[in-house]
Amino acid sequence: MILLDMVPQAEWTFWKWVEFFALDKWPEFLTGAGVTLLISITGTIVGFIIGLLVAVFCKIPVKATDSFVKTAFIKFFKFLMQVYIEVFRGTPMIVQAMVIYYGTASIFHYSMNRLFAGIFIVSINTGAYLSEIVRGGIESIDKGQFEAAHTIGLRHGQMMRHIVLPQAIRNIMPAIGNEFVINIKDTSILSVISVTELFFTSKSIAGTYYKYFETFIITSIIYFVLTFTVTRILRAIEKKMDGPSSYTMLENQDAAVIKELD
Amino acid sequence: MNDIIIETKNLKKNFGKNEVLKGIDFTASRGEVVCIIGASGSGKSTFLRCLNLLEMPTSGDVFYEGANILDKSTDQYKTRTKMGMVFQQFNLFNNLTVLQNCMIGQTSVLKRSTTEAEDTAMKYLDTVGMSQFVNAKPNQISGGQKQRVAIARALSMEPDVLLFDEPTSALDPEMVGDVLNVIFSLAKSGFTMIVVTHEMDFAREVSDRVVFMDEGVIAEEGPPEVIFNNPKNDRTRAFLTRILNKNGLL
Repeated sequence: MILLDMVPQAEWTFWKWVEFFALDKWPEFLTGAGVTLLISITGTIVGFIIGLLVAVFCKIPVKATDSFVKTAFIKFFKFLMQVYIEVFRGTPMIVQAMVIYYGTASIFHYSMNRLFAGIFIVSINTGAYLSEIVRGGIESIDKGQFEAAHTIGLRHGQMMRHIVLPQAIRNIMPAIGNEFVINIKDTSILSVISVTELFFTSKSIAGTYYKYFETFIITSIIYFVLTFTVTRILRAIEKKMDGPSSYTMLENQDAAVIKELD
Repeated sequence: MNDIIIETKNLKKNFGKNEVLKGIDFTASRGEVVCIIGASGSGKSTFLRCLNLLEMPTSGDVFYEGANILDKSTDQYKTRTKMGMVFQQFNLFNNLTVLQNCMIGQTSVLKRSTTEAEDTAMKYLDTVGMSQFVNAKPNQISGGQKQRVAIARALSMEPDVLLFDEPTSALDPEMVGDVLNVIFSLAKSGFTMIVVTHEMDFAREVSDRVVFMDEGVIAEEGPPEVIFNNPKNDRTRAFLTRILNKNGLL
């Protein structure tokens, strides 16, 4: 799509080419960036949900009073979770993309939607990492709060939902941000299964004109703007989660008076 | 006073090869205030934590109102709500405000409505003199205030028994008095309480019965006057001499 009256000339300088790509190819770059952002946001959110579920499940205590079936069930699923975490952390995402995308194609004779495949791969990969990060977050909460929750009779799920996870998530926000930024950059490897994200788009543009340096200068600027913005937004969310640093005192009550129980 | 609420029979607890409790037979009656004293490592806290199963006893039985709470048929969660516990390190929920700390158990476990939970929480926060601070987060108040909120949190569940695990040991000296006053007024109002403490003056004042633990067994128990003024056991005497000398009280 030629938007401007610019016809590429062989004698153009470096900056002229950059200008050409920026002014003429911006819709493609924008679409690519959009796909990158869509995959990384969805992938991080879904991965985070997977991470929460896996970590909370793996923290379910097995009590001596539980029935054999329940104990066996819990232990078996904890084992499966461990396998999941180890496999997806222990192999490169680029290889996972190949195996999952071409694997489903050759075994089930079903060709996945490439965008969906991209989101799927990023999600389960992120889920494996975030499971461990959430586990770390849960373990960062001091044991006393777990004990206090037990003494007032809260169940495992209630304790996690109301007490532990809100604090754990706040504590791991920097790590989640890290994972988000990594995802924005790592969606580029989905180009191996031809997902039209930013890297794939850039490669096509560059390939058309044989101008790699000029194209990827623009691409790197876009990646940086994306990650930098996301980092700032997450920082703001962290601040919001911290809540107000002061509190209001209720008046007209004498704090020193300790009343007798009725 | 013969209405027994908590009873343990031959209660034992091992941590690995280390035998911390070596067979404890103990009873507490309704309305009774029992203080447990003894040197560090004598098993006081472990014993208290075995009563509401924060520690699983290795062997022996724990009875609550006549029912063995180690039985599979007993609802342990329900029993726990009947036994409020106050910890040395307060253990407030840091993500919740003072008021929410006192409400969460009521709304989640007792299924009370928000308004009812709030009224109950306010009542007990008032009792401990912390109702001004309902909007504060735990990290915005002092240690003594935290402990008073922790007491209000336990009271908000309207338990039958209160367990105190060295409630003043982590406090600055000038804050100890506030917290002890709260516990003292609770004791006088007829609550059943089991208090592990190093505050000998307090134990003497508040308790109906004092239990002296030494190396995992109950070495001696009796009314405070007898334990403090005329202990029969040599180890009790040695412990009291040591601790009261240190405080310059003897």
